[in-house]
Amino acid sequence: MSAFAAMLKRELRLSLRGGGEMLTLVLFFVIVGAVVPFAVGPDKALLSRIAPGVIWIAAFLAMLLGLEKLFGPDRDDGTLALYRLADLPLAAIVAAKVIAHWLTAALPLILASPALALLLAMDAETFWRTLLSLLLGTPALAGFGAIGAALTVATRRGGLLAPILIAPLSVPVLIFGVGAISPSGGADQAQVAALLLAALSLTVATLSPFAAALAIDWGED
Amino acid sequence: MATDAVQKMTFWNRLAHPGQFVQWTRPLVWPLAGLSLVLFLAGLYFAFFVSPAEKYMGDTVRIMYVHVPSAWLSQFVYATMAASALGTLIWRHPMADVSMKAAAPLGATFTAMALFTGALWGRPTWGTFWEWDGRMTSTLVLLFIYFGIIALWRAFDDQLRAARVVAVFTLVGAVNIPIIKFSVDWWSTLHQPASVFRADGPTMPPEILTPLFVMFFAFTLLFAVLQLVGMHTEVRRRRVTTLERRAARGESR
Repeated sequence: MSAFAAMLKRELRLSLRGGGEMLTLVLFFVIVGAVVPFAVGPDKALLSRIAPGVIWIAAFLAMLLGLEKLFGPDRDDGTLALYRLADLPLAAIVAAKVIAHWLTAALPLILASPALALLLAMDAETFWRTLLSLLLGTPALAGFGAIGAALTVATRRGGLLAPILIAPLSVPVLIFGVGAISPSGGADQAQVAALLLAALSLTVATLSPFAAALAIDWGED
Repeated sequence: MATDAVQKMTFWNRLAHPGQFVQWTRPLVWPLAGLSLVLFLAGLYFAFFVSPAEKYMGDTVRIMYVHVPSAWLSQFVYATMAASALGTLIWRHPMADVSMKAAAPLGATFTAMALFTGALWGRPTWGTFWEWDGRMTSTLVLLFIYFGIIALWRAFDDQLRAARVVAVFTLVGAVNIPIIKFSVDWWSTLHQPASVFRADGPTMPPEILTPLFVMFFAFTLLFAVLQLVGMHTEVRRRRVTTLERRAARGESR
């Protein structure tokens, strides 16, 4: 367990001292959301209607952006090869990385989402729902992201491949994520969506480290 | 060495040895292709001349004879790939790799064909090429997964390593497809009015069912033939790569 904690600490320290990458991610998230009104027009009614979808898309894209540094640097300097030989199972190492990834690439976005809510003319209730659905859904995105990053880490030209692989898999996260916010089928439908989203996140976050570890282990050697 | 030669080949060994596999399955290709062709001719004859035009949809109902078998294969091919992926991950079966690789473009083609014929059929009957209906949407997502798998194959130089990574992704996809299907159904029932579809499709008369079944087997056999030929080609391609590498190293063999 202490090895796991050390692993988590290392990852967090690396990304906190990594020269403002977190800030770049947050900026990307806010700017993607802020560009939308220029594309669809400053109609407040329309904006507040599509705001949940816009925030989810912005968060999805921002999380994809951070994927490459999940395993890439470790593979380049040979750390990944050592991880495979470590006492701590590779799946546990990957799990630590997924948690760190969520803390550094998803939590900042959630904290920055009030800015977008304001720009997109969200009302207060929708905003709280959005916050909840982002909190519930982003662990699943982090898990899928880890799988995508692990699958492509051994390829030299993996850059755009990971998003292509995991975007279709993430369709349910987006559906339930947005479904939990805008209750087009009534408030109880939104609750159903939120519960399904939580179930999805729990399942994906639990199982994805094993799949990602398998992909890393079998992709090397 | 000598003991190896004496030992009788078991079924699985014969299946696992690429050369043996090709030798053993090559005689199957032409008979299967012939059978598939006969079924296609019979099925198309029934579809165009024997089966009646439908009461509501008219002659466009004949698109079904291509559409339904393609849609069935789009899922069957994925099941084949997932089974092969298990073969790769559990037994490291060399032919499972080859089968996985040969199936991916075939599955993508059948899925694209199901979507295309569906669009052609949807235009005259529903009045639109595309509708965000649950089944169509999940087929589209399936097509994207196929494309992702093909892209992943191409990203690796070493095909043996690619096979294991692709196998992991194929299985992750196989676990996910039911979830995607469920979520998309949930989503489209929320968003989409049910008016597009007639609630009671007419029960199929035998004149329609017979050609449908014939086409169904014709398509499945076509897949079997293309899959075998694709596997043979892949085995040969790997052998060529090995020989080229050997030649590049300057070995005499």
